[in-house]
Amino acid sequence: MTTIPQGAGSVRDRSTTETSTDDAKPSLPPPVVWADERLGVAKGMGLFKKVFPDHWSFLLGEIAMYSMIICLITGTFLTFWFVPSMAHVVYDGSYVPLKGVGMSEAYASTLDISFDIKGGLLIRQLHHWAALLFIVGIALHVARVFFTGAFRKPRELNWVIGTVLSLLAIIEGFAGYSLPDDLLSGTGIRAMNGFMSSAPVIGTYLTFFVFGGEFPGESIIPRLYIAHVLLLPALLVGLFAVHIFLVFWHKHTQYPGPGRTNNNVVGFPLLPVYTAKAGGFFFIVFGLTALISATVTINAVWAYGPYDPAQVTAGSQPDFYMWFSDGALRLLPGFMEFELWGFTFSPQIFLGSLVLLPLVWIILGAYPFIEQWVTGDKREHHLLDRPRNAPVRTAIGTAGISMYLVLALATINDIIAIKLHLSINDITVALRVLFFLAPVVAFMVTKRLCLSLQRADRELVLHGTESGRIQRTADGRFYEVHEDLSEYDRWPLVQHEPMRPLSVTEESETDEYGVDRPRGIAYKARRALSEFYFKDRVEPVTPAEVAAAHHHGEAEALPGGHAEALEESHAEEHASLRSDDRH
Amino acid sequence: MTDDQLAVPEPHSTPASTGDADTIDRFQDPGLPAHRPRRADVDEKAAKRAEHQVSFMFTLSILASLAFAICYFAVDPNLRGRLIIIGPMNLYHLILGLTMAASLLFIGLGAVHWAKTLMPDTEVAEERHLQASDQAARDEAAGILSQGFRDSQLDRRPVLLALTGGALALFAIPVALPTIFGLGPLPGDALETTVWKRGMRLMIDPSGTPIRPEHLTQGSVIHVMPEGFVGDTHGEDAPSALEIMEVKATASVLLVKLNPGDIQSQKQLDWGVDGIVAYSKICTHVGCPVALYERQTHHLLCPCHQSTFDMTDDCKVIFGPAKRPLPQLPIMVENGYLVAADGFAEPVGPSYWERG
Repeated sequence: MTTIPQGAGSVRDRSTTETSTDDAKPSLPPPVVWADERLGVAKGMGLFKKVFPDHWSFLLGEIAMYSMIICLITGTFLTFWFVPSMAHVVYDGSYVPLKGVGMSEAYASTLDISFDIKGGLLIRQLHHWAALLFIVGIALHVARVFFTGAFRKPRELNWVIGTVLSLLAIIEGFAGYSLPDDLLSGTGIRAMNGFMSSAPVIGTYLTFFVFGGEFPGESIIPRLYIAHVLLLPALLVGLFAVHIFLVFWHKHTQYPGPGRTNNNVVGFPLLPVYTAKAGGFFFIVFGLTALISATVTINAVWAYGPYDPAQVTAGSQPDFYMWFSDGALRLLPGFMEFELWGFTFSPQIFLGSLVLLPLVWIILGAYPFIEQWVTGDKREHHLLDRPRNAPVRTAIGTAGISMYLVLALATINDIIAIKLHLSINDITVALRVLFFLAPVVAFMVTKRLCLSLQRADRELVLHGTESGRIQRTADGRFYEVHEDLSEYDRWPLVQHEPMRPLSVTEESETDEYGVDRPRGIAYKARRALSEFYFKDRVEPVTPAEVAAAHHHGEAEALPGGHAEALEESHAEEHASLRSDDRH
Repeated sequence: MTDDQLAVPEPHSTPASTGDADTIDRFQDPGLPAHRPRRADVDEKAAKRAEHQVSFMFTLSILASLAFAICYFAVDPNLRGRLIIIGPMNLYHLILGLTMAASLLFIGLGAVHWAKTLMPDTEVAEERHLQASDQAARDEAAGILSQGFRDSQLDRRPVLLALTGGALALFAIPVALPTIFGLGPLPGDALETTVWKRGMRLMIDPSGTPIRPEHLTQGSVIHVMPEGFVGDTHGEDAPSALEIMEVKATASVLLVKLNPGDIQSQKQLDWGVDGIVAYSKICTHVGCPVALYERQTHHLLCPCHQSTFDMTDDCKVIFGPAKRPLPQLPIMVENGYLVAADGFAEPVGPSYWERG
C-alpha cells in the first residue's frame, strides 16, 4: 500500500523532519530555564516520554483517582460553611418545613449549604456522588487488578497499599455521610456505637472513648469531622502518592499481544497523547459527575429531619459500600450470643462488623503471597493474564464477589420484601443459605466457563475462523472453508504459559517402591493447593498441534474423509482438557 | 523465548508450576504489527474536520463556563419548575449543574478527540529492566549499611542497641496516653441504669402530656418519654439538650395496650396495668429504636436489622439478629396517671461485654 501522507500525519512528519534538518533546534522557554537553574527540572523531562499502555480497563483506577480529586475540591468548598458541632440550635433558614425545629448545628449548617448558599446544593451533591464513584472506581479497579493477575511480583506491595487505600476510602465515606447529623446518618452512628460496644473486653471503653461518654454525647460529629477532613484524607493522599509513584516506578502492566513482552511496555508517551487522554478523562469524569449531581438528588437530608435517638424510618440503608457489613449484621442470627463467666459475647454483632471489615482486607492483602507460595513462581510478571487463563483465580474472585453480593442484598431485604411482596423472614433465611451456597456455585460455574473459553480459543487457533465460503467437493459434498488466524490474531491466544500442578512438575509423592516420601505438612498443603489450582487445565496450542490440525483440515476435504476427521477432532477436544487423575 | 530476560528465573527461584519441557515447541511473538494510518493521517480534509470538531467542543466549554457565571448572578436561586421524568425541582440548581457539566465535559471530550484523531497513534515500546539491583550494587549497599553499623559501634555495644530500641518504642507513651484517656470518661455503671425511677410519670413523646389508662384503646401504641425530658423543657432546672438526647437514646419507651388474655407471661401482666405494658424502645441488637408495631400479629420490628419481638410474649426475640428480649418497664397508676413502678430491672440497649 502506498499512501501519500497529506493529513495530520504529514504535518507531523514535516515538522519533525524540519526541526531535525534545520539549525533551529528547539530551546527551553525562559521560565523552564529559570526553574532548571534552581531545580534541574530539565533532567526530569524524560518523564514525559514515559510510555503507558492503552486499555479501557486501565481507566477504572483513573476513575477512582479523579473522583478522589473531585472530592477534595468539593470537600474544601463544603468546609467553609459546614459547622461540625452537635450544639443545639433552632433552625431559622429558608427551608420552610423545618423552621423552628430544634437540631444540631451540623444539621442546620448542612441545610444552609443546601438552601442558602448559592450553588451549595450542587457542590454537596457533587461531593456525595463523587464519593460513591470513588469507591465504585476502586472496587472495579481492584477487580481488574485481581482478575488479570496484576498483583504478581513485583507489584505485591502496591497491591497491599491499594487494599489499605480501599479500606480507608470506605471509612472515609462512612465518616463523611455521618456528618450531616440527619435522622438517617444518626441511625448509622447509633449502629456503629452498638457494634463497637459488642467488642469483647474493650467494647464499652471503646464506645466511651470514641463518643466521649454515653451515646450520643456531643463529641462524635467533631471527631468524625477531623477524621474525615484531615486524618483520613492525609493518609489517603499520602498512600495514593506512593501507589501512583510505584506505577511509574514499575512501569504499567500490559495485556498480552503481538510485540508486547514481559520486557517492554508498549503504548503512548505521556506527552502529548497520554496527557491529553488522561487529562481529558479527568474532565469527562468531573463533567459526568456534575451532570448526575445536577439531575439526580442524593441524600436529601432535609427530608429525613434532624437526628433523634428515639426515631427511625423504615428502609434505613447506609451508602452502598457499607451494605455488605450491614447485611452481615442482618443475616447473623441472634442465637449466637452467649454469656460466659459473667461476660457477654455477641459474635452475631462483632463478626459482621469489627471482624468482617478487617478480615476481608487481610484476605485481599494476603492473596498475592498465597498464590505465589502455591505456584512457587518468583519471577517478575508484567504481562497480564487473560482471566480465562487463570481459571481457579478467576473462580475464587467471582466466589468472593458472590458472597459480597449476598451480604449486600441482605441490606435491602426490607426493600426487596416490600417491592416483591415477599416475607422478610423468608428472604433473610434464603440469603443465609445463599451466603454459603452462592460462592460454591459461582466458583464451579466460573471455573468451567474459563476452561470452556480456553477450549474455544484452542478451537479457534486450530481450525481458524469460518470464512463464510462454501465449497463443493467433486462428489457433491459441501463444506465451509476455515481460514487460519493471522499470526497477529493468533499470538494473544497462544502466548500464555501452561500452568501445571506440582504433581506433574515435581516427583511423585511415593518413591519407586511405592513408599511415601517424607514430606512436611507445609509441602503437603502446598501440593494439595497446587492440585486445586492447576489440576484441571487447558494448555495453549503449540505449532505442532496446528500442523496436525491442518492435516485434518485437508483430510476433511477429501472424499470420505469427513467422518473420521470429525471423530478425531472430538477426541482431541477431550484430550485438550487435561485432568490429572492419578488414582 | 531466550530473549525474555525477566522471565529467566533468578538463581534462587525456580518456578515450580510452569513446565519448561515444551518451551521449544511454542509459537514465536510476531512483533508489533505495522502501523495503519488513520483517516486524518492521510486525508487533509479529515484532519481539518477533526480540528473543527475539537475547536467546536472547546468553544462549547467556554460558552458553558460563561453561561454558568451569568446564570449564577442572573437567575433567581428559588426558581422552581417541573421537568419531564424528574418532576418538580429547583431550576437554579439544575441550570448551574448543567452548565458546569457542559463546561467540564466538552474540555474532556475535546481533548480525547484531539488525542485520538490528530496526535500520533504510533505505539512505542519502552524497555523494562529487572527491579532487583545487580550484585555489585547489592554488595555496595551491604558495605554502606555494615559500615554505618560499625561506625556507630552498635556491633560492639549491644546494650546501646537494646536501649535505643526501648526508648524509641516507648516515646509514644507520653504523647498517646493523654490523647487516648482524655477521649472520654470511663464507663463505670453508666450503661446499667436509666433515668426511670419509681413514681416518674410516663409522658407522650413529643407532646409531653401525661397518660390516663382509660384513654388508651385496645391495640394503640404510644411513644413515651420520662417526665421532665419531653414537651416544654424550658424551666429553671430543665435538662440540657445533650441530656435530653441521652435520655432519648436510653429511656424511650413504647406503651401498648393489649388484651390481657393475649399476654402469655405472668410477669408481663404483673408489670403492666390491665394489659397496658411498657417496653424499652431501644433494640437489644445495636440500639436502633424499635419503632414498627404490627397491630395484628403484636410483633415489634426493628427497621435497622429486622429483629422481631413478640409483644404478647414478654418481647422475646422471634426472628433476627437480636438475642435478648426488650426490657420491660414496670408501671402502675398514681393519681389517675400512668407512672413507673420502678426503673428497668436490667440494662437497656445493645449487648456489651460487662453486661453479664
